[in-house]
Amino acid sequence: MMTLVYIELQKMFKKWRTYIGIIAIGLLTVIIQVSLYFTGKEIINHQMRGIEESFLMVGNLFNGYFISRMILTLLVIHIPFLVVLVGGDLLAGEATAGTYRMLLTRPVSRLQVITAKFISGFIYVVVLIFWMAFISLGVSLIIFGSGPLLSVGSGIIIFAENDIMWRFLCAYGYAIISMTTVIFISIIFSSLVQNAIGPIVSTMAVIIVFLILSAIPVDFLQGLKPYLFTSHLGQWNNFFSDEIDYKEVFESAGILLAHIAVLYAVTAYIFIKKDILS
Amino acid sequence: MNSEQVIEVRGLTKKFGSLTAVNNLDLNVYRGDVFGFLGPNGAGKSTTIRMLLSLIKPTSGEMKIFGKSIEKDRKEIFPKIGAIVEKPDFYLYLSAYKNLEILGKLSGADVSKKKIMSMLEMVGLDKRYKSKVKTFSHGMKQRLGLAQALIHDPELIILDEPTTGLDPQGMKEIRDLIIYLSREKGKTIFLSSHILHEVELISTRMIIINKGTTQVEGTVEELLASDKVKVTFEVDRVEEALGIINETSWQKEFKSTSKNEINFELAKEEIPALNKFLIEKGFSVSAIVPVRSLEDYFLKITEGGLK
Repeated sequence: MMTLVYIELQKMFKKWRTYIGIIAIGLLTVIIQVSLYFTGKEIINHQMRGIEESFLMVGNLFNGYFISRMILTLLVIHIPFLVVLVGGDLLAGEATAGTYRMLLTRPVSRLQVITAKFISGFIYVVVLIFWMAFISLGVSLIIFGSGPLLSVGSGIIIFAENDIMWRFLCAYGYAIISMTTVIFISIIFSSLVQNAIGPIVSTMAVIIVFLILSAIPVDFLQGLKPYLFTSHLGQWNNFFSDEIDYKEVFESAGILLAHIAVLYAVTAYIFIKKDILS
Repeated sequence: MNSEQVIEVRGLTKKFGSLTAVNNLDLNVYRGDVFGFLGPNGAGKSTTIRMLLSLIKPTSGEMKIFGKSIEKDRKEIFPKIGAIVEKPDFYLYLSAYKNLEILGKLSGADVSKKKIMSMLEMVGLDKRYKSKVKTFSHGMKQRLGLAQALIHDPELIILDEPTTGLDPQGMKEIRDLIIYLSREKGKTIFLSSHILHEVELISTRMIIINKGTTQVEGTVEELLASDKVKVTFEVDRVEEALGIINETSWQKEFKSTSKNEINFELAKEEIPALNKFLIEKGFSVSAIVPVRSLEDYFLKITEGGLK
């Protein structure tokens, strides 16, 4: 299995499309960092307007944590678009190239092959999120320095400097679960077709449709909302609340993990039964 | 013939909806065979090969390779099989070397640089080992396909049209390699090909299938000997000879004529008798050319002339 995963990763990282997400996140993060470097203090002043008159503010609020939090908020909703580029190609790419015939006439079972594909997809998500963490949090801390974190939600919360890092780590960890769900959806679509475009478009269509459904203020659709996986993708944000609702976080994580398990099982079943005609 | 069965297929059937691609096919390949697998386009050859390699699930029937079930004993069987299924497709964005390394590793082969380079040298691609496969011609991919099929030194080699896209020199090299693998290395070869002359040259046994069912199976010599042979007699005074032939029972065997040639379709033992008849009638027979080949036999079988 280790050999198969290693081979899958070699194939994955030899493909240009694998680097689209990494380059896109890198570029966007740098653009956001540069623009905030010049205009970010105005944002802080705008958000703190009215408070500064009542409270004595000590320390640097315009720091790496603040920048990183902004980048996380701005980028995390777009990462699904980037991960499906790779996920959609994992199986369909083999069908398009005709390499299933070479791969599946080796002494490896189809279950091993599909499991290696899923593990590779998961590793790609981890690499992407780690990269985002490094470039947004790591680089921002170097450029903008450290300090307390200003978090604006239903109210304004300022986290002490020693109370921040674990929140980021938990948020990135949750983002890995969310994006793994997304990439697994693209892999199931990828197992059904012979062209990577279909799975990419289909996965994005599912996410967009589910997001629209959960946003429509109709009782019936609001009743459906807890059952739509898209409702649970953004729970990472909970880690930047004053009081974290752990029950809600664990329930959402559980629902996403259940999705991951079911998607893997169904894809494995489809793949094992599939006739290779390409 | 070695009696150890390497491939044993019984009642193999594959249906795609209402289309029956392979229908109740039986097949026997013995150790050391170069087994020719023939049939016209759409006969079910590729579907059969894909079922043998578990790429397609059969609707019904039983398949055993090395006496073991393909489904249950896959991990024991597949290290002993090397295959090219239809056109050889590779990871185009990887080099020839990397493709061989990956596929060899999956087969549990020695993937040392020395081994990979020796395989590439065998198929004449050693100088292009760094090149990405997307820069290869079809013939080069075909050669690389052969290298990947052989890298783990399999006992059974399944080749689906292995010389397609090769130039005459390349075709001869592959034919020679198949003969070498069979005779010197004792490999069992399952060879599907459209090039009947190729099968005739190198196969020891063969099967012809059509519309998914077995038409004939046996040794090449047996199958060719069991039918009448096309023979061309070169004689002087063709018109006069034809007149005499038309008055005898040889008329039934007459097929056509051109210039100084008269074509017959005869059983082998009838050839000297007809020769004697013509000489006794005073004709000069300058040549007797049998033109019987696998191609004629194949066409007869697949067009329904025999069976």
